[in-house]
Amino acid sequence: MDKFSGMKYLKKNDAVLLGFAIVLFALLQGLISGKVLSSFWQLNVLIIGINIIMAVSLNLINGYTGQFSLGHAGFMAVGAYVGVVLTTNFHAPFVVALLAGGLSAAFLGFLIGIPTLRLNGDYLAIATLGLGEIIRIVIMNIEYVGGAAGFKGIPHHTNFAWVFWLTVIALFFIKNFVNSTHGRACLAIRENEIAAESMGINTTKYKVLAFAIGAGFAGIAGGLFAHCFYLISPNSFTFMASFNYLIMVVMGGMGSITGSIAGAFVVTFLSAALASWPEFRMIIYALALIFLMFYRPQGLFGYMEITSMRPLNRIFGRPGEKKEGGRTDG
Amino acid sequence: MAEAKKESKVLLEAKDVSEVFGGLKAVSDFNFYINKGELVGLIGPNGAGKTTAFNLFTGVYQPTTGEITFGGKSIVGLKPYQITQRGVARTFQNIRLFSELTVLDNVKIAFHDHVKYGVLEAVLRVGRYYKEEERIEQEALKLLDIFHLKDKAGELAKNLPYGAQRRLEIARALAAGPKLLLLDEPAAGMNPQETQELMEMIRWIRKKFGLTVLLIEHDMNLVMGICERIYVLEYGMVIASGTPEEVQKDPEVIRAYLGGEG
Amino acid sequence: MEMGQQVLQQLVNGISLGSIYALIALGYTMIYGIIKLINFAHGDIYMVGAYIGFFAITQAGLSIVPALLVSLVTTAMLGMLVEKLAYKPLRHAPRLSVLITAIGVSFFLEYASMYFVSPTPRTFPAVMDSVAINIGGLVINGQQLLILGITFVLMVILTYIVKFTNTGKAMRAASFDTETAQLMGINSDRIISITFGIGSALAAVAGVLVGIYYNSIDPLMGIMPGLKAFVAAVLGGIGILPGAVVGGIILGVVEAFVSGFISSTFRDAAAFAILIIVLLVRPTGIFGKNTKEKV
Repeated sequence: MDKFSGMKYLKKNDAVLLGFAIVLFALLQGLISGKVLSSFWQLNVLIIGINIIMAVSLNLINGYTGQFSLGHAGFMAVGAYVGVVLTTNFHAPFVVALLAGGLSAAFLGFLIGIPTLRLNGDYLAIATLGLGEIIRIVIMNIEYVGGAAGFKGIPHHTNFAWVFWLTVIALFFIKNFVNSTHGRACLAIRENEIAAESMGINTTKYKVLAFAIGAGFAGIAGGLFAHCFYLISPNSFTFMASFNYLIMVVMGGMGSITGSIAGAFVVTFLSAALASWPEFRMIIYALALIFLMFYRPQGLFGYMEITSMRPLNRIFGRPGEKKEGGRTDG
Repeated sequence: MAEAKKESKVLLEAKDVSEVFGGLKAVSDFNFYINKGELVGLIGPNGAGKTTAFNLFTGVYQPTTGEITFGGKSIVGLKPYQITQRGVARTFQNIRLFSELTVLDNVKIAFHDHVKYGVLEAVLRVGRYYKEEERIEQEALKLLDIFHLKDKAGELAKNLPYGAQRRLEIARALAAGPKLLLLDEPAAGMNPQETQELMEMIRWIRKKFGLTVLLIEHDMNLVMGICERIYVLEYGMVIASGTPEEVQKDPEVIRAYLGGEG
Repeated sequence: MEMGQQVLQQLVNGISLGSIYALIALGYTMIYGIIKLINFAHGDIYMVGAYIGFFAITQAGLSIVPALLVSLVTTAMLGMLVEKLAYKPLRHAPRLSVLITAIGVSFFLEYASMYFVSPTPRTFPAVMDSVAINIGGLVINGQQLLILGITFVLMVILTYIVKFTNTGKAMRAASFDTETAQLMGINSDRIISITFGIGSALAAVAGVLVGIYYNSIDPLMGIMPGLKAFVAAVLGGIGILPGAVVGGIILGVVEAFVSGFISSTFRDAAAFAILIIVLLVRPTGIFGKNTKEKV
């Protein structure tokens, strides 16, 4: 049975991943503590982690459950603002602020999800885009949090350890969720909603669940993001930001956690490296996106995970993998 | 010999059901029952309302008028997943597999309602998670074995040949743990030999799982060969019902259906 | 100003703004109708149209009508070019791929423009004397009259094309069912290209008119109107031409009332709130018909 996904293999797999995380943490923390990385790149390491949480949580909604959300930045904003109000105005511990931000965003995702997830495809995309913008505009009109000018005086709580371990938690959470009967219910919805319903899956429940979990992690990422800076403003959470997270997911592969990590890394790294040429950066970005859709629409990883590539014969793709260009003839 | 209708034995029953789509009657005055353990066929020309009847039984459509009961309780107004949870599973005329997932995962998904661990247990991988996953994996492999698909467990469903996809749909429906299995043209597109094998398989799983089976079929040999009772539909109405012999002799049926073919 | 008069004044402002949304929404709805694509780049086409008009007036010294025509023709060609290069190769790809490509094209147009014409907003030259008609305190200015007049003329021309020309009939057939239309001998590639051309031309006119109305253009000016025009198209019933016009005008009026009587900061939120209400209550829009998936 090991050939498929025997349970011993699962446990071993988790242990290997955790070990790898510890080594990676030590290595990166060493680079940061030893001042090998400039403060610019130190900040970008944090942003990469935050973007990984954003991408992987959006992937749960868009990639695994097959719903099309374009409002992820709105949930990030909720987490960010709830977090900064708690730490700055109420001096709450950071962990409480992060959790409260995540839970608020998840709750909002739940409330918004119930009516909107009845919509399909393009309509859902544009509705979530609109909702994300409404969240932002509402925040902009709340004087208590600084309105359009932004919220000032945020304590600098976010450091590498917080970002790294919360990213690891988010990755494990979503990986484990997807590999359970609950996650498979989401996959079934993506693949064929009518068949999923006929197999006894409450599709509304699972769509809303995936949406709320995704929103919750976006909220936590928002809290981490906000506490990197002295000031945050609603302008950080426009639908352009939501597009950005979508692009990470699509670039990496919808339905691949490995892909989301890679997508977040590539996009953040490119943005940082080209920071001095903002227009060029966006032109390159745009062309990269178009060519990706032409030549590899399934993203860098498609549905593949790095962990399932371990046997040597799978490193170069499963049989038939090359043929799945995503384009059909005729 | 066909069994007569006895209240205590009726599993699924439709009384005076009609279904109207934008003024068009897809099914009207539809009366139907199936007893526990029976194997019943639903035949009729294209557009006669056979698949509409399936969609009414499974909650995909809601009847415009009439009553549908399963195990003596009304299922009108229930969502498809709720009806499945009560014990009705189906296959689709136009195959609806989870095509980008593996054959094994297709079957595992259908165990959904019978898996006993929560979201938190899944995410933390504690409690019943490993035990339950192990159990459904074994059960799924057993089902695949029955349908000669075990060696294909790791393949993507979309890469299976056509006949194998049809078998996988049945295996998946069985995984949902039904009392009543609805098969919508299970032999469509199969060659005579595959159809023959399928007939035997249907007989066998029915006995093995103690199932009640209702099937829609175009292939007359298959229907006449294995069904104990047959309903014939035309223009959304039942024009005849009874044993295969009775139905074959029915002048209405000969006119509407058999006559049309020969 | 008394209340009734204020309402009327906002109505006039709203209809002017709404006409612009209507012009953009027509392109959206035509393109969606024919290839089921939310063309996120459509708002940026409108921006390019505004810049071409701007340069036609300032650099080439043209007056308003020739400038409009230059912008209309050039932008139509740009729209067709975008379709040929970016969307046509993906005709049979999953819709998500095309949508992402549209986002890519949108970014490309925005930032390529920014590179060539600089990100600083430009002041659109005054092309007409500032006339204003005052009817008992209700002010309708020359720009508003121009917008309404040109929109009206374009609607008439578009209606004629769609209803009475062979191309228009082919467009309607293709948007009803592309594959069948193809079987009937309609060259669907050509029709799709023409649809992009017409949609882009309308957007270009909207761009120039907005430049005249607000006196200012910038490379990111297309983002919000683009999205709102989509809202207008959904409101009217996507794929339905009169729906786009009605939706655009309703949206313009609602926005004018929200900024006039509540606060202009909630203007954008109002548009999206309309969108969500429509999607939840009547996803097919005002003029749309319901369809059911066949199982």
